[in-house]
Amino acid sequence: MHAVCSVRAVEDALGIQIPPNARLIRNIIQGIQYVQDHTIHFYHLHALDWVDIVSALDADPAATAQLAQSISDWPKSSAAYFKGVQDRLKAFVASGQLGPFANGYWGHPAYKLPPEANLMAVAHYLEALDWQREVIKAHAILGGKNPHLQTYLVGGMACPVDPNSQAALNADSIAHLKELFVKAREFVEKVYLPDVLAVAPFYLEWAGLGEGLGNFLAYGEFPLTDTVSSDEPGDLFLPRGIILNRDLSKVHPVDHRKIAEYVTHSWFAYDDESQPKHPWDGVTEPNYTGPQPPYEFLNTDDKYSWIKAPRYDGKAMEVGPLARMLVAYASGHERVKYWVDTVLEKLGVGPEVLFSTLGRTAARAIETVVVAEQLINWTDELAANIGSGDLRIHELDHWDPSTWPKEAMGWGWMEAPRGALGHWIHIKDGKIENYQAVVPSTWNGSPRDANGQPGAYEASLVGTPVADPEKPLEILRTIHSFDPCMACAVHVLDPNGREVVRIRIA
Amino acid sequence: MTREQIDPLELSLTGGEPFNLVEALARRGVSRREFLKFCTIMAGVLALPVEKASRIARALENTPRVPLVWLEFQDCAGCTESLLRASRPTVGELVLDVLSVDYHETIMAPAGEQAEASKAATVEKGGHIVVVEGSIPLKDGGLYCCIGGKTAKDILFETVEGAIAVIAVGNCAAFGGIPAASPNPTEAVGVADLVKDVPVVNLPGCPLNVVNLTATVVHFLTFGSLPAMDHLKRPLFAYGKRIHDNCERRPHFDAGQFVEEWGDEGHRLGWCLYKMGCKGPETYHNCPTVRWNEGTSWPVMSGHGCLGCSEPNFWDTMTPFYQRLPEVPGFGVEATIDKVGLGLTAVAAAGVAAHAIGSAVRKKAAGASQEKEE
Repeated sequence: MHAVCSVRAVEDALGIQIPPNARLIRNIIQGIQYVQDHTIHFYHLHALDWVDIVSALDADPAATAQLAQSISDWPKSSAAYFKGVQDRLKAFVASGQLGPFANGYWGHPAYKLPPEANLMAVAHYLEALDWQREVIKAHAILGGKNPHLQTYLVGGMACPVDPNSQAALNADSIAHLKELFVKAREFVEKVYLPDVLAVAPFYLEWAGLGEGLGNFLAYGEFPLTDTVSSDEPGDLFLPRGIILNRDLSKVHPVDHRKIAEYVTHSWFAYDDESQPKHPWDGVTEPNYTGPQPPYEFLNTDDKYSWIKAPRYDGKAMEVGPLARMLVAYASGHERVKYWVDTVLEKLGVGPEVLFSTLGRTAARAIETVVVAEQLINWTDELAANIGSGDLRIHELDHWDPSTWPKEAMGWGWMEAPRGALGHWIHIKDGKIENYQAVVPSTWNGSPRDANGQPGAYEASLVGTPVADPEKPLEILRTIHSFDPCMACAVHVLDPNGREVVRIRIA
Repeated sequence: MTREQIDPLELSLTGGEPFNLVEALARRGVSRREFLKFCTIMAGVLALPVEKASRIARALENTPRVPLVWLEFQDCAGCTESLLRASRPTVGELVLDVLSVDYHETIMAPAGEQAEASKAATVEKGGHIVVVEGSIPLKDGGLYCCIGGKTAKDILFETVEGAIAVIAVGNCAAFGGIPAASPNPTEAVGVADLVKDVPVVNLPGCPLNVVNLTATVVHFLTFGSLPAMDHLKRPLFAYGKRIHDNCERRPHFDAGQFVEEWGDEGHRLGWCLYKMGCKGPETYHNCPTVRWNEGTSWPVMSGHGCLGCSEPNFWDTMTPFYQRLPEVPGFGVEATIDKVGLGLTAVAAAGVAAHAIGSAVRKKAAGASQEKEE
């Protein structure tokens, strides 16, 4: 994700336009990344906040099959299949080998699903593990390996295309990609989204919790036409825009010059810390003022974070799938509107519930389906373009640094699965003079700014009821719904300021 | 089954009965046939004769369960993602699960105090394997990476106490990786720079190729010892050969057929990427033979040169990534053979000497201290 953002930053600085094949290959790589990553997030990093594995032991497999068949025609949903999963689960628990599942919050009163729904989710947790490993092979085909593809170039991609060569993207590899994308789409339409729809009715109170800021930022993603510059990215499949104060009637344009970062509560130094800096003028000078480790507490009146506090036009913003889906929905995006309305109708609720923990989790599933629908189209478009005789994958004119101007500035943008990512570059004499990255978890996890405004995580936790302060499952739900990029800590304090429990969230 | 029966406090993590892998796998729907196939593949990755597959199978069947603690420090979770791609999926991953991943911040269900309790219980018993992902910063007392108010260094030392081995996965844990790249602002180091009392295995790569982790573990369980390693603590089965010597594009190198521009005819025909900056001639890794994502591809196969990600300080010594290595032996053997009239062996032998000199000079120029054995 940082790879595409960094090459876009340099391309913007040097005025490079990449060839259509490179644009399509980038879209395909990012598209399958969304589909795979969102699904892993839901099943493997978030589902256990809602699903009690232990309760699945009490499920009736026949009733589980009935439930599964009532929500989707996924072919595996037989009583025998769920019985098999349950037997494996029973043996697993009986062996005492709980590994990563040991010490979970099983039996917590905030778990509301009936045993059958839990068993169905556990079965899909296991299926998703195999599925993700398979569909991401598209990255290896196009970029040599996953994780960390090795193919992004300033000016294009290193993946050669040639219908007449075994060593390039050809009819055979395109067929392989399409086979993977059929599997990808089938799973998210028949398993992932139906599971979210099946679980959501039991947790509708979470449609009114975890809202946060109400301000949303999306740079947009998937250029469908040539990109002129980062400010003129062409037609984007997922649009660029800003929603303010939950108002879906208006989508504001994005001007990257309005982005600036504070370090008031961050362990960095500015000359004047009452003012934020635009990333082109950004400095990253460490200035740790906290206690010497090991420590129990940080004083939040002082500096307390390694994260800077980015703001847009002075406002804290939420980024991520919910931001993208809201901007697309408010922009009248046809497929997003269709799926959002379908989901809202099935749950019998209005669009206002999107501003919540549940809305964030639902938006991620909706986006997965919307993007999965496009993968085959984009692959067909790539095949057609190659078939027309266009074999270009790279803009050659600026490859040699001696062709560059003495000085150039640019910014790169992209929508990572977890939200808006920006890189800012200043090139001088063929070298990097300054480089700054403002990443999604910086927006969402930001500390307070000079005006005391909190970031999205902090704002979203206000008003969250916690049934058992020793086991704050409810807090995990909301923080996990953002898909944080890091292990972060939430400290639960009693009204006297005494720490009750500290939870680390991965 | 009741909830009380798996109450964490009551739970015996090692289970009451003797462990049998084949039974455990059968419970999870993995047949004996698949298991034996896995053992054969592991023998292949470990470069063992195929007869050894049965020894691997016997050893794994009866192995006692080894707990594993996975730590993340200055990392990007790329190696964790790689773990999720474990090749030979069901079995490969289950071997790791059978090892019992008792602590892994990203994938474990519990958080906070409960997660720490799992780790503490495992470490207290001892006899565990520690996997480390990410580098450890030392500057200013290590405060640049603290988890729960403790420094990475303290957590590392606390966790390796009583461990049977430490596996450093990825370039960051092995050699410091990108956090240690010049000017190394946090004074980041790898595990082996700190841990001296417990055997350390380095499995570098960016990220780790998970097949090498599985194979290292299988080797350990089969032979009761760590695999033979080079001077950088990398197992020879995975890092014993140069990418360049196993590369499928090597004939094009020998023939003097090079990619000159991205997307040119040579690039489309799969010619050698040396002139586009490929670091295969200076990199020891088994990418060309085991490939990635269950053998789907590897960078050179998909058209991009090697970056040297299994080598120490590769961010400093292998950059600029798109600039070709200064001296590589055997340059255009076929193209020049008529003119020089020498046999291939003589040219290659001369080339190795030239390469050794070239590498040493370049390393020095880059300010790196590591010496490479050719």
